[in-house]
Amino acid sequence: MSQIDFSAIAFFIFSLLALGGGFGVVTNRNLFRGTIWLMVSLFGVAGLFVLLSAPFLAAVQVLVYIGAIAILFTFAVMLTRSLTHLTARYNRLWPTAIGAALLFAMLIVGVIWPVFGANEAFAVPASDVVRNTTDLGLALVSGEGYVLPFEVASLLLTAAMIGAIVIARDVDEEEIGE
Amino acid sequence: MVPLWMYLTVAAGLFCLGVFGVLSRRNGVAVLMSIELMLNAVNINAVAFWRYNTTIASLTQPAPSELNGIVFAAFLLVVAAAEAAVGLAIIITVYRNRRSVDPEEADTLRG
Amino acid sequence: MDCTGLCEVIAQSGLDVGLAQFLSLLLAVVAVSGVPLVTVIFLIWVERKIAARIQDRIGPNRVGPFGLVQTFADLLKLLVKEDITPTAADRLLYNVAPLISFASVALIWAIVPYTPYHFGADLEIGALYFVAVASLGTLAIMTAGWASNNKYALLGAFRVVALLVSYEIPLVFALMVPVLLAGSMSMLDIVYAQGGMWFVFMSPLAMLLFFISSQAETGRAPFDLIEAESELVAGFNIEYSGMKFGMFFAAEFLHVFTNGVLIAVLFMGGWFFPGWQEPLIAFFWLGVKASLVYFVSLWIRNTVPRFRIDQVMKFNWFFLVPISIVNVLVLSFLVMVLKEIGLVPLDEAGNMALQTGTFVEMLPMTIVLLLSNVLICIPIINRLRRSGNESRAELEARAASRAVAGATGD
Repeated sequence: MSQIDFSAIAFFIFSLLALGGGFGVVTNRNLFRGTIWLMVSLFGVAGLFVLLSAPFLAAVQVLVYIGAIAILFTFAVMLTRSLTHLTARYNRLWPTAIGAALLFAMLIVGVIWPVFGANEAFAVPASDVVRNTTDLGLALVSGEGYVLPFEVASLLLTAAMIGAIVIARDVDEEEIGE
Repeated sequence: MVPLWMYLTVAAGLFCLGVFGVLSRRNGVAVLMSIELMLNAVNINAVAFWRYNTTIASLTQPAPSELNGIVFAAFLLVVAAAEAAVGLAIIITVYRNRRSVDPEEADTLRG
Repeated sequence: MDCTGLCEVIAQSGLDVGLAQFLSLLLAVVAVSGVPLVTVIFLIWVERKIAARIQDRIGPNRVGPFGLVQTFADLLKLLVKEDITPTAADRLLYNVAPLISFASVALIWAIVPYTPYHFGADLEIGALYFVAVASLGTLAIMTAGWASNNKYALLGAFRVVALLVSYEIPLVFALMVPVLLAGSMSMLDIVYAQGGMWFVFMSPLAMLLFFISSQAETGRAPFDLIEAESELVAGFNIEYSGMKFGMFFAAEFLHVFTNGVLIAVLFMGGWFFPGWQEPLIAFFWLGVKASLVYFVSLWIRNTVPRFRIDQVMKFNWFFLVPISIVNVLVLSFLVMVLKEIGLVPLDEAGNMALQTGTFVEMLPMTIVLLLSNVLICIPIINRLRRSGNESRAELEARAASRAVAGATGD
């Protein structure tokens, strides 16, 4: 096969973004930079979604994470600003690192080894052409689809919004005096 | 084409980075960011398994229930957004009361 | 992926097919991204000329005929200026922020359909892509404000981000109207759905909302709290100098015209104009419509005074957001009703398909939707008049009491 496999190249670039960004998040001393690394990582994940032919999810990922959640994180970082330069970054650095590495090894052996090469069915995607935005919309609101989880999710969002406002609201009068 | 196990490896790596961050970081905001990483690893897995699922008859005209991978990922996004909003609100409140964002120090409820 | 057109030509020179595909795509990307880059240089001149005419000046007229080369002279000036990076700044993020700012605007052009045959990409999720990419601009401003390590820059960034995040809501709700009517998020489909009737006639309110909130998104007057030059030193960009400063402004200039193009595509029928179907003419019509919106935007910028930050927030949350939500709800309800009655063009599957509708077929639904918009507008205008009267009475009362205090003379 003489054709260059661009999807493989794109896959490696996006994986590098996702994992490198993730590494930046957990190791960076400066929390604002950590937020930027988080965005890099989530952008990489959005790229992987495109490769997995879920473009709607990729766009939502960029919109929700970079447009909303990451901005929220930067606000939180700045509101707790005096502590962004902690001298000690980690509790129990080495035990946790070894634990995480062990978990990775376990995942490799337990989950990825069974699908690696052994099962031909998992080697290639099911189909090449997917048009899923309309179908996704139908699946979310149709009776034989996911209308109940959809409603529960919207309820959850409303509850979270009200909860966040109630928790973070500044009601103490003496707070102002500080 | 990229085989399934590569996506799973990336997701596993991202998940373990998240686990490491949650267990070891001393800053509540960083812990929340690590949780976001873990949720995203789950999302990659959900979509990848959906994409490589050969039991789906036709992806060009799928039945509503056959889009489960994408639907689950979409719900996970909702959960992630809710979690970030509530989590950050809690961290800011804790910071206001205790001048600290270290999750280890928020131990008033410990018996 | 097939290999036709440019790719075929490249492949005939003996190159690998995959490489030829890659090269042709690369050339297409360069061409598409070149359009905004060339446009912005011209736009700066247009903007300065129009602003000057509105303010009864002549504007740039020294460099080149009608001052056309003025922008290049400015560019040269910005390039030779000292490129300052504050010592305490976060060097990497400080330098990346202007790039993100420009990229967030330039990326929008990837989905703009210039003609039926010339467009960057026909994404199935085009409208969503636009919102996602535009949200990168917020990130750029936050990064710039933080990385400057200057408290004024940070405060300025907070102001702007609060404004941008709030105005994204009516923007998205207004954007939902053409998506809803066309039944697709693809920009190309949205334009084709307007072949019979432009969406501006079906929902002028949505276009107005989109226009106002996109004007706020660009940070232009009357929403120019980003850089209120007569009140603040500057906003988030206070530490920037030279070309980095220039990039923020190039992004802003381009964003205004980009909004014009988007409104032309989403609401004013893109390349369609009654009686013209030629591709090149199509491109011309898109340009005319976009320029019209662009001109109105400049007009407002140069004539309307600036809002205070509390007014900006109040205007959004108590005015734009409720109206945009009501508009979408009423519109979707009416579309369902119209579909049941059978007044909309349908395809074989029974779904609404404006793509196939002619002017006459669309006329009844247009009238109904237009009427609903007018009905929504009546209480809004009443409310506006009342609140205008109230604030005027308040101001007059304050002025009168001041005059009384002055007359008693103590």
